[in-house]
Amino acid sequence: MFTIKEQLDETPSIKTIRFTGEISATPGQFVMVWVPGVDEFPMSLSYEGEEFGITYQVLGDGTKALANKKPGEKIGIRGPYGKGFAIRGKRLLVVGGGTGMAPLGLFIEDAIEHKESVTAIIGARTAKELLFESRTRKAGADVHITTDDGSTGSKGLATQRASDILAKDKFDMMYACGPEMMVVGLLNLAQGKSVGLQASLERLMKCGIGICDSCALDGKHVCRDGPVFTDKELKLFEQLGKTKLDVTGRKTPL
Amino acid sequence: MTHLAVDICGIHLKNPTILAAGILDETGKSMIEVAKAGAGAIVTKSVGREARSGHPNPSIVELHDGLLNAMGLPNPGIDYFADEIKEAKKGGVPIIGSVFGGTEDEIAALAGQMSGYGVDAVELNLSCPHAKGFGAELGSTPEIVEVVCRKSKKGVSVPLFAKLTPNTSDIAALAKGAERGGADGIVAINTLKGMAIQPQARMPILANRVGGLSGPAIRPIGVRCVYEIFEAVKIPVIGVGGITSGMDALEYIMAGASAVQIGTAVWSEGLEVFSRTSKEMLRFMVENGFESVPDMVGVAHPDRP
Repeated sequence: MFTIKEQLDETPSIKTIRFTGEISATPGQFVMVWVPGVDEFPMSLSYEGEEFGITYQVLGDGTKALANKKPGEKIGIRGPYGKGFAIRGKRLLVVGGGTGMAPLGLFIEDAIEHKESVTAIIGARTAKELLFESRTRKAGADVHITTDDGSTGSKGLATQRASDILAKDKFDMMYACGPEMMVVGLLNLAQGKSVGLQASLERLMKCGIGICDSCALDGKHVCRDGPVFTDKELKLFEQLGKTKLDVTGRKTPL
Repeated sequence: MTHLAVDICGIHLKNPTILAAGILDETGKSMIEVAKAGAGAIVTKSVGREARSGHPNPSIVELHDGLLNAMGLPNPGIDYFADEIKEAKKGGVPIIGSVFGGTEDEIAALAGQMSGYGVDAVELNLSCPHAKGFGAELGSTPEIVEVVCRKSKKGVSVPLFAKLTPNTSDIAALAKGAERGGADGIVAINTLKGMAIQPQARMPILANRVGGLSGPAIRPIGVRCVYEIFEAVKIPVIGVGGITSGMDALEYIMAGASAVQIGTAVWSEGLEVFSRTSKEMLRFMVENGFESVPDMVGVAHPDRP
């Protein structure tokens, strides 16, 4: 188990926990977080190495219990698991929607450390819900903001902004994490232009280690084959943007 | 010519490695991937009457030499499963439909329905150690096993396998019960009932508290069980428990298994485990003068030639 070092408010609904201890990981990889007596669920790492961390939206019983944990208390962590983002090319366009920025803040820092040029689009519902804007600017990315209500940046979808930026500039690879319809939109953009895409997907996950089939997506498994998939893989998913499995393994609308 | 093909109760397998129930086998497309990876046959997730969510998380604990799981039989329900079987069949290898139930009549009805979906065999899960009221209770005495098999046999038109629990003092007696009831084959073993406690949290890790232990840690138990069952019954035995290599599979085969199932090794080795296990078995056979798998079945028993 790992001891909580600090619990920070990122936005009114999003928090970050930093832990005492070390987990080395590739940006985009995730850990299984166990809140004893409550639940265990997947979370992508928002900080890796020493004082690694997770960034989460307070939604259900599990994350509510997590939000109530104080520095000094212990949480079970196993992992890291899965396949993260891989730096490919020199000019990178990163698109994060909502808490989708959680692994992308880490990825942007990593990419800029590797001397790549990063343009980042951060999308959120409102100005208050923007995640990792200052972290991303501090890392040295060219940052664009979109909000659903237009309270800051341009009003509208991050996908639209990506389309505008791609019309003017050339990029080698896009990186995305956020709502699945955003990923679908970016995949369509990538297929029209000569730019690749790596996107992180989400499905109901139980074991996290590639055996239980609960996160199955057209024969692949988000926990082990993903969560980050390339445009070549994404194109083959018939269920992308359409269906997911419920907790009993039945296909349901996304 | 040395070869790996085996026939079990009339089912032809290109090699004797079968995917065990509960691993990457709830959706048809996942089963196709397992077939592509080289499995000789596939057992589906255990399916019941109604859709079931399974136990809350944590449902798995990773150990040095195995896994402790309490998935709790999550499944979409038998009515829904016809489409998954139809899809899985596209993988081109035999599909064995696994069912579990709360009563003898329920499991018999499920076996019949599964058989109607076009599976190549039906496996009765009489041995799940972590779902209360399902599985292990129906597999706990030779008498109940016999009745369950007899009732199930009536409704199925394909071979019927009984998967037995090692959480008993006499697994050979259970196997005899299954044979008397008309089962065409025995599958042994399911997981062993276990618990893991996280001292810092002062509580069992699994939300269900108890779970089933699988993986290399249980292989000697599985091999011993298959050895005992082989001496007790005439019907074929399929060995399962902790197989991660060709040499592991050979232990089971020499103990008396006609084929083997692999589950937990999909976690530790990836899907490549099927093709690698086959390759290693074939190499052993060439080097040791065995032409086919049946030539090796049960050779570890002293009264066998």
